[in-house]
Amino acid sequence: MRCSKCHATAVINMRQHKLALCEEHYLEWFLQYTQRTIEKYQMATPEMRLLVAVSGGKDSLALWDVLLRLGYQADGMYIDLGIDEGLGYSQHSREKAEHFAAQHPAARLIVISIPELYGESIAQVAARRRRSGGPCSVCGLIKRHEMNRAALEGGYHLLATGHNLDDEAAVLFGNVLHWQTGYLLRQGPVLPADGEGLARKVKPFCRFYERETLAYTLLRGIDYIYDECPFAVGATSIAHKAILEQMETQSAGTKRQFYLGFLQAREEGLFRASEEERPVLHPCERCGQPTTAPGLCAFCRLWEQEP
Amino acid sequence: MRVIYRDQQWEFNETMTVRQLVERVGLLPGTVLALRNGKLITEDQVVRPDDEIKLIAIVSGG
Repeated sequence: MRCSKCHATAVINMRQHKLALCEEHYLEWFLQYTQRTIEKYQMATPEMRLLVAVSGGKDSLALWDVLLRLGYQADGMYIDLGIDEGLGYSQHSREKAEHFAAQHPAARLIVISIPELYGESIAQVAARRRRSGGPCSVCGLIKRHEMNRAALEGGYHLLATGHNLDDEAAVLFGNVLHWQTGYLLRQGPVLPADGEGLARKVKPFCRFYERETLAYTLLRGIDYIYDECPFAVGATSIAHKAILEQMETQSAGTKRQFYLGFLQAREEGLFRASEEERPVLHPCERCGQPTTAPGLCAFCRLWEQEP
Repeated sequence: MRVIYRDQQWEFNETMTVRQLVERVGLLPGTVLALRNGKLITEDQVVRPDDEIKLIAIVSGG
């Protein structure tokens, strides 16, 4: 297969775009397409300070790399969740984030250690609180809280995450299966900084297939954590990705049409929140971050001892 | 050719395309990228018995 631009040997074929590219033109296209996504959804402007949530995985490290190459002021933030399970998962992923940061001296990496700050790993918190959803639901809650806190305390204009189209399509699939209308309303490439205490969140990779972010990571020689999180094995989101991939194999562009069609429909007003559905937010009594019920937020309640 | 995917390995002595190889080891073509001797290749590329092929899972991290 030949590059659509220069006829050199292609390194990737994107069937949904009917586009095959060589290494040089793929790396160039990837940067331009990210910039077009940022502009399309009015995510950021060059004078803004961005905080990139970095997990040590391919998507977030690739995002940090792209934003720096595009000239954005982008710092990284890594959250050490204390995931070990005999594999040293958090330790290895942290090393990947630190290794990347060491190669980019102009960028700063903020490291937040949950066990050091709060005295427990996510597995320990999940076991103590006996939460439904186990470590994964605790993980999501802690990451959202700490990312928001770091962005606000650091004076960043926005928080960028490496979610790709496969991630977003899998979440959308789950939300549609269960008709989670509240989540459908809020799912999008930009989560605005509504009210006090919430950082603006953006997903500049939301139009890339996951194989495209992987190809970029491999071609740029970015060292990332390859193994899946031990708690993610058997996760519903991975099962949804597999189902969508089967449909994509049958018909190229299915995932893209599913997700981008949803965004278009949302923009045209297919989903609207009534006033009663809009949650009223109150500042948490302890940390000040917004919460739907008066009192302590779900994050602060995690650290309360059982009566 | 030696084919490596996560902690699994296969040996094949035939010439075939990457797509055929991926299906042969029981994977969906959209779930992996292929490296031949460390270089990224497309699924229509022909791989030969003296090649070393590494299949990289697209879903990783968590």
